[in-house]
Amino acid sequence: MMRGGGLLELDGVTVSLPVQGEMRPVLQDVSFAIRPGEALGLVGESGSGKSMTARTIDKLLPDGAAVAGRVRFDGRDVMTLAGADLKRFRGEVAMIFQDPRAHTNPVRRIGDFMTEALRTNSGVGMGEASARAVALLKSVGIEDGERRLRQYPHELSGGLLQRVMIATALLTQPRLLLADEPTTALDVTTQAEVLAILDGLRSKLHLAMLFITHNLELAAAICDRTVVMYAGQVVEVRESNKLHEQPLHPYTAALAAARPNIDTTAHRLTAIPGRPLSAFEAPPDACAFTARCPHVADVCRARRPALVELDGGLTRCARASELFGKLKVPLNA
Amino acid sequence: MPEPVLQVESLRKEYGPLVAVDGVGFTVPEGGSLAIVGESGSGKTTVARLIVGLERATAGTIRACGRDRSTPARSTRERRLRGSEVQIVFQDPYTSLDPRQTMEDAIDEVLRLHRGWAADKRKQRVRELSDLVGMDERQTRALPRALSGGQRQRVAIARALAAEPRVLILDESVAALDVSIQAQVLNLLADIRDETAISFVLISHDLAVVRQLTEQIVVMWRGRVVERGETADVLDHPQDEYTKLLRSSVPRPGWKPKQRIHVATG
Amino acid sequence: MSVAAGVATVARRSGTGRHRRLSPLLIASAAVIAVAAIVAIFGPLLAPYNPDTPQLSQYFVGPSAEHLLGFDASGRDVLSRLLYGARTSMIGPLAVTLICMTLGSLLAVTAAWRGGTYDAVIGSGLDIVFAFPGILLAVLAAAVFGGGLVAPVLALSVAYTPYVARVLRGAALRERAQQYVAALEVQGASSIAICLRHLIPNMLHLIVAQATTLFGYAMVDLAAISFLGLGVQPPAADWGVMVSENQQGIIQGYSIPALAAGLCIVVVVVAFNILGERLYERGEARR
Repeated sequence: MMRGGGLLELDGVTVSLPVQGEMRPVLQDVSFAIRPGEALGLVGESGSGKSMTARTIDKLLPDGAAVAGRVRFDGRDVMTLAGADLKRFRGEVAMIFQDPRAHTNPVRRIGDFMTEALRTNSGVGMGEASARAVALLKSVGIEDGERRLRQYPHELSGGLLQRVMIATALLTQPRLLLADEPTTALDVTTQAEVLAILDGLRSKLHLAMLFITHNLELAAAICDRTVVMYAGQVVEVRESNKLHEQPLHPYTAALAAARPNIDTTAHRLTAIPGRPLSAFEAPPDACAFTARCPHVADVCRARRPALVELDGGLTRCARASELFGKLKVPLNA
Repeated sequence: MPEPVLQVESLRKEYGPLVAVDGVGFTVPEGGSLAIVGESGSGKTTVARLIVGLERATAGTIRACGRDRSTPARSTRERRLRGSEVQIVFQDPYTSLDPRQTMEDAIDEVLRLHRGWAADKRKQRVRELSDLVGMDERQTRALPRALSGGQRQRVAIARALAAEPRVLILDESVAALDVSIQAQVLNLLADIRDETAISFVLISHDLAVVRQLTEQIVVMWRGRVVERGETADVLDHPQDEYTKLLRSSVPRPGWKPKQRIHVATG
Repeated sequence: MSVAAGVATVARRSGTGRHRRLSPLLIASAAVIAVAAIVAIFGPLLAPYNPDTPQLSQYFVGPSAEHLLGFDASGRDVLSRLLYGARTSMIGPLAVTLICMTLGSLLAVTAAWRGGTYDAVIGSGLDIVFAFPGILLAVLAAAVFGGGLVAPVLALSVAYTPYVARVLRGAALRERAQQYVAALEVQGASSIAICLRHLIPNMLHLIVAQATTLFGYAMVDLAAISFLGLGVQPPAADWGVMVSENQQGIIQGYSIPALAAGLCIVVVVVAFNILGERLYERGEARR
């Protein structure tokens, strides 16, 4: 689909998980690629599979998961990695999560937490590891690093702790950052600050990022390209700056239209009827969005559309070329 | 000028040495809607809890429908009366319903509390309220665990409306919902305002939602009101430094995050 | 693509059916308890012989077609004594359980609902009682107030109530913090109505699970007290008493009467423990 030049490539990834004795699909035929240094947004509502995609990439799937398709990082097949190779891969792909507090041990100092991976996996000494940690804390705007290393997680605010998490993620000098709703739990002003820091570091270190969020506007603002997921499938891949102006998939357009606008007052929003589907609820032989789509036609129910190229992007819509240019997000008025 | 349906003056709440709410005041006219915005720790949710009597104010007055409610209700009758004046819908759709109670039973319980109606009249009202929030017959008989987050929040809204309150406080009531569901609930709230003379107080950190639903706005920062006015006006031309920062931090197409401070605090 | 479609078909076919699996262990436990309950109620009707009539020449005589479990130390029919004994052996734990659960729920909900001073006073009161081992308290009570079932039952109830109240207080606090409770308060519902109609029903799975487990503990304790000769007095048929009466049989190489009574105690207690644990797990999972 998209070959060559990708740092991370997903090709037809399909994942099922055992739920009460039966296998339920959570991802279906997910394909996209991230180029070195690129920021790729991954947007979807609950059940869309966006977090599961990140877990699949980082090999964090629960026991019993069935995975088909291919995940390649720098040309290597991630699914077959083991032992030292897996360790090295985990160093090159770092992850930051929505709730930093849930991922820190309350009784361990920040310093121990930050330097652990470096000391155990790369055999770096305590002094050297601490020095690197302090330098990185400085790069995320934390000047008094030595003091912070001696503190416990509860002594830091949410925004500060998330910056510590970013610094920790960068300690192993990764090439790809998997960020799963890293700013959702933060206040908007803190979010802006954390994102500014992340943005600056990324361009300085030429770091690629997969930025997972439910917020289309946020993804469009900080990512080069955006992947939109629905019911465990990729429905659109698009240059972020064209996402709002010229969306390719009706779901993307509908999602953008459903959000109230901070610049204009509307009486009613263009809501999407129904609720978001999970992957296992999606019809196997039709477009997953048929039940909620304003542009639905017979062709949509005939088979599940494939991901096709259009205007430099990709879309999984049977009527894509027909609708192209007509899906511009209406201003709610 | 008629008396406002909700009137808050010099409200103050202390938790030990911490001042959570400091001299907050505002009024809401009949049928009006007011937003209280701010970030975590601004005291906005405390204000909501003070108004509905879940917390006791350290100082200040709260009047709703012309009656004082600054101090806790003394009798069950008084508590019920206050319940029929101001209602609240909370943020978390998952804990805001009794897991053992269907929508029908939850609303019926409220109707029994406030109205001396016979069973068939209550049943009819349950039907009307379910229709208003777009829940079908089958859904009204389902337990909360069979409902989605958006559906649960509809139940919570219907339950709050069952008391026929004059003021409905929405404490981040749409924040936890998926975007497509959030739009449905926001439209529902707009419809309810069109059909009734109810007033809204929206507690929110989401400025776009605030713009969508309210006419007046109060911006809180560290327990105090730093700016107030018409919602559109304040959002388009913020005056206070904090409001400006809040406004500029909202992501939108073409937005680039800016680093505000270089030395970390906190 | 074909893989995805195939997986999706499978998922759709098996659909949304949620199977509530019943483990064999749970079924076995429930069956044991049901049988025990039936025997406790109808035991006297089922017993083939009078449990108190000795046949002096027959002491420690082994099983036969007429006497399936043989005779005990005094030449009484063991099976009949076991069937009669079920009632005495289980009525005590039942009383302890009922008293503890009522008292424990009341204290727990009061402490959680009122909070502040109430919580502190109830909490420290319970802590003091908690410090006494239940069995010691029961032995003491029996020694002071004389033998029989009443004194040990009351003593065990007092000793176990803090244990129950503590667990239930945690659950009550958790339930109290749910937003639906706040919503009901704002509606103007009375505290008693909220507690009785919402708080306690939502803790019921835990209350039942606690009661079940407690029944097992109380049964072991009461049997031990009977064994020591401080509880139910011989010649009444009681499993604990039976173990005690027939203990010299074990030394003499004839262990059936003591073992049969002991086995009854163990099987019923284990069944109650398993049931309690599983009921709790299922209650939690259903939330």
